[in-house]
Amino acid sequence: MSAREPRQHAPALRLRRISRRFGPVRAVRSVDLDIMPGTVHGIIGENGAGKSTLASIMFGLQLPDSGSLEINGRTTPLRRPADAIALGIGMVHQHFMLVPDMSVLENILLGAEGGSRLGPGLARARARLDAVCREQGLAIDPDAAIDTLPVGVRQRAEILKALVRGARILILDEPTGALAPGETEQLLGLLRRMRAGGATVVLISHKLQEIMAVCDRVSVMRGGQLVAQREIARTSAEELALLMVGRDLHEGQQRTGAPGETVLEVAGLCAGDPGGARLRDVSFRLRAGEILGLAGVSGNGQSGLLEVLAGMRPVEAGHVDFAGTRIDAARPANPGRMRTLGLAHVPEDRQAQGLVLPFDIKENAILGRPSRAGTGIRISPSAMRRHAMTLIRKFDIRPPHPDLAAGTLSGGNQQKVVLARECDEDPVVLLLGQPTRGVDIATIALIHSRIIALRNRGCAVLLVSADLDEIFALSDRIITICSGRVEGPLDTRRTDRAEVGRMMAGIPGKEAA
Amino acid sequence: MTPLPRWVDIGVLPALNLMLALVAAGVVVALIGEDPFRVLLVMITGAFSAETVGYTLYYATNVLFTGLAAAIAFQARLFSIGAEGQAVLGVALACLTFAPYLPPFVVVVLACLAAPLFGALWALVPGVLQAWRGSHVVITTIMFNFIASGLLVWLLSGPMIRPGQGSPESRRFADAVALPAIHELLADFGIAIAPSPLNLSIVLGLVAALAVWMVIWRTRFGYALRALGHSEEAARYAGIPVPWMIVATLLVSGALAGCMALNEILGVQHKLILNFSAGYGFTGIAVALMGRNHPAGIVAASLLFGALFQGGAELNFEFDTITTELVLVIQGLVILFSGALAHMFTPWMARLALSLGESRG
Repeated sequence: MSAREPRQHAPALRLRRISRRFGPVRAVRSVDLDIMPGTVHGIIGENGAGKSTLASIMFGLQLPDSGSLEINGRTTPLRRPADAIALGIGMVHQHFMLVPDMSVLENILLGAEGGSRLGPGLARARARLDAVCREQGLAIDPDAAIDTLPVGVRQRAEILKALVRGARILILDEPTGALAPGETEQLLGLLRRMRAGGATVVLISHKLQEIMAVCDRVSVMRGGQLVAQREIARTSAEELALLMVGRDLHEGQQRTGAPGETVLEVAGLCAGDPGGARLRDVSFRLRAGEILGLAGVSGNGQSGLLEVLAGMRPVEAGHVDFAGTRIDAARPANPGRMRTLGLAHVPEDRQAQGLVLPFDIKENAILGRPSRAGTGIRISPSAMRRHAMTLIRKFDIRPPHPDLAAGTLSGGNQQKVVLARECDEDPVVLLLGQPTRGVDIATIALIHSRIIALRNRGCAVLLVSADLDEIFALSDRIITICSGRVEGPLDTRRTDRAEVGRMMAGIPGKEAA
Repeated sequence: MTPLPRWVDIGVLPALNLMLALVAAGVVVALIGEDPFRVLLVMITGAFSAETVGYTLYYATNVLFTGLAAAIAFQARLFSIGAEGQAVLGVALACLTFAPYLPPFVVVVLACLAAPLFGALWALVPGVLQAWRGSHVVITTIMFNFIASGLLVWLLSGPMIRPGQGSPESRRFADAVALPAIHELLADFGIAIAPSPLNLSIVLGLVAALAVWMVIWRTRFGYALRALGHSEEAARYAGIPVPWMIVATLLVSGALAGCMALNEILGVQHKLILNFSAGYGFTGIAVALMGRNHPAGIVAASLLFGALFQGGAELNFEFDTITTELVLVIQGLVILFSGALAHMFTPWMARLALSLGESRG
C-alpha cells in the first residue's frame, strides 16, 4: 500500500488520447495517462511497444497526431523541447546528448548561454550547479571533460543538466542500459532522493527489478496501447512480465551434445581497441558446439577483440588460427575473408555497424553477404527480397515487410534482422556482441533459444555480454576480460557470480572475500 | 523523422520549390517594373520554341554530366565540387595530339575515352588524400579546380596557343574531329530542324544517366557506395574497403565530369578555349540536389537548368531593363530554392502526406 495520496493533486503530467503513427505503424494509440507529482512512475513494455515515442511526445520531440497534454493542470501543446524545458520537464535520453570534448559545465550551459559573452553565463551555471549538487547530494567535477568520465558520471551530468534548468519532471529513457551494476544502484538512489524532494520522475525501462525497486506506479504498454496500470506495492515482477508480453514466456531450447574440436584459437594476441583498453597477450580456445561467454565491464577491450576476430582490426602481435588459416601482423585478415572462412558476426553496436539504418530490411539482409543478392557484380532486387522474406519468417521480424527502412524498426526487431542474417549462414564461428542489449523479454527468449539451437548444431559461439545473467544462462565456459587481459576459462557449472565478478574487476583468484 | 513517400520527395517537393523560386523571381521582375507573367512567357517560349529548344538541350547536356558526377559522389557522402577542373583538358589534349596522325573517327573515339580518363585522373589525388589522409574532399577539389584553371591559362597563353594568334585559344581541331550536331544527323535522314549546338553528346549523357542508375542500384559497387554514404562503420563491418571505395567513387565522379568537355569542346568549340566550363560544374551540384541524386531526377533538373540558361539569354534580348546580371539573379533564385533550400518544405510535406494517408487508410 502506497503511503502517498497523490490523487488530491492535479497530475504533474496528464496525457489524453494521445496517438502518433509513423507511416503504416501506429506507434502510440489513444493513450490516457496520469503521472502524479512527487512519484516515480514506471513505463514498461516490449521493444516497439511505443514507450520511447510516448516519452518523445512528453518532451516535445515528437508532436502527437491527436490528443492533448496537460502539465500541472494546464493544457499545453509541446511543439519543441524548449517548450517542455520552459515548463520544467527534463529528459535523459538512452544515448547521451553531450558534447564529448566539452566540460561538464559547458555541456550544462549549452543552449542556455544567456548572452553573447560566455563568462557571466558560466559563472551563473557554476553557482546553480553547485546548489543543485548540494541539494541532491551529488558530486561531480564541473571542469572535467565529458569524454574522460565513466558512463555513470556522464549520465549524472545529463541529469544535472536537466535539474540546473529547473526540471521538476524528469523523463529517463532506458537510463540503466549502459550502466554497471554499482552505477545503477547510485542512479536509483538519486531518483529516490529526487522524489523525496518533490520531483516527479518518469522511468522507462525494460528491467523489472529496477521498476520494482524504485517506482510507485507502473504503466504497461503493448502494441502502442496502455494495457495495464499497477501500484508497485500490489504487483510483482512476474505479473508485469506477463502483462508486457501478453503471453507465457518459455525457455525454448534444451542444450544437447558436448563441445568438440577447437575451431578458433587466439594466442598471445595484442591489438588496439576503439574504447581505449588495448588487448594484451590474449589467449583462449573456442570449440565447436560450445558457447564461450566473455564477461567484462564494457570498455575493457571486448570491442577490440570482436573487431580483430571479425577481421576489422589488425593484429599487432600474436595470432589467431581459424579454419586452417593463420592471421597475424604479417598476414592481416579482412571481414570478407573471415566470412568466407565461416565466420558470422553480430556486432555490439547494431545501429552503427550491424545495420545501415536508412537501408530497408532487404538491403540490410545482404550487408556483408552480397552473394545473397546475385552472382558477379549484380544486385538483384528480387533475390534480395526473397532472402529478406526468408529471414523475416525464420526470426519473426515485425513488421514483416522487406521494404521498411531498418531505422523504423524497434530495437529488438533491428537485432533480429542482424541475427537472422548472420545465423542463416550456418557459421562455423558466431561472434555475438551484446546480443540482447536494449531488447525486450520476449525477444530475449527468442534470441537465446536461437543461439542455443545454433550451438547444438555444432557452431562455436563467442558471447560478449555485459549482462552476467545472460553469460550464466547461455555459456558452457566463461572467460573474463579486464583492462585488455583475458582470464579463465571457468566451467560455468563450477563457478559462481562472485568469482566471475572478482575476475571482471581484475582482483586475482582466491584472496578477495 | 517520418520518411516522405517517394513520389512526394522526387515529384511534389521539387515542383513546389520551383514554384516558390518563380514567385520570388517574379517579385524581383515586378520591382524593376516589368510584367512577371510576360517575362515568364518570354522565358518559356525562349527556351522551348522550335528554334531554341536545341540550345536548351545543349545547355542541359553540360549540367547533366556534371549533375551525375556530383550525385554519384553525394551518394557516398563525398561532397566533391571538382567538376569544373576535371572537365578541362582531356578532350582537347587527345584531339590536338592524335589528330595529325590518325583518321578523324579514331581521334573522336580516343577523345571520348580521354574525357572520362582525364576527369578521373584529376579526381585521383583528392580521392587518395581523402581516403588515406582525411584531407577534406571539398577543399582539395576546389584546389584542383584552381590548378586546372591555372594550367589551362598557362597552356593557352604559351605551349598550346594557336600560332600567330593573340587570344588565348588553341588551334582548331581537324575538320572531321567533332561529335556530329543533331541537326546535321537528322538532316541526313531528311528531317529538317533548326540548327543548334546540340550534338551527339546528349545521347551519351542519357546513356550515362542510365548507366549511373544501373551502377548505383543494381551492382555491388553501388550497394557498397550507398552503404558507405549512410554509415562508414557499417561499411567497415561489411568488409567494404572504405579507402578504396572513396577513391573509386571519386574516379567515377571525375570521369562523368570529364565528359562535360565532350559537349563543349568536341561538340561545339572544336578548339580549346579559356573558361569553357563556365560554372557548369557548380551548377551540377544544384542539379544533383534538385534531382535528389537520382538519375531520373537529374535528367529533369538538367532540362530545367538548360531552359533557365537559354530562356534567360532570350530575356536579355527582349527586355532592355533585364540585364545579364538580372538574368543571373533569376537563375540564382531558382538554384537557391531548389538547391540550397531544397528541404525547406520537407517537414510540412511529411505531415501533410501523413494526414492524407490517415484519411485514405
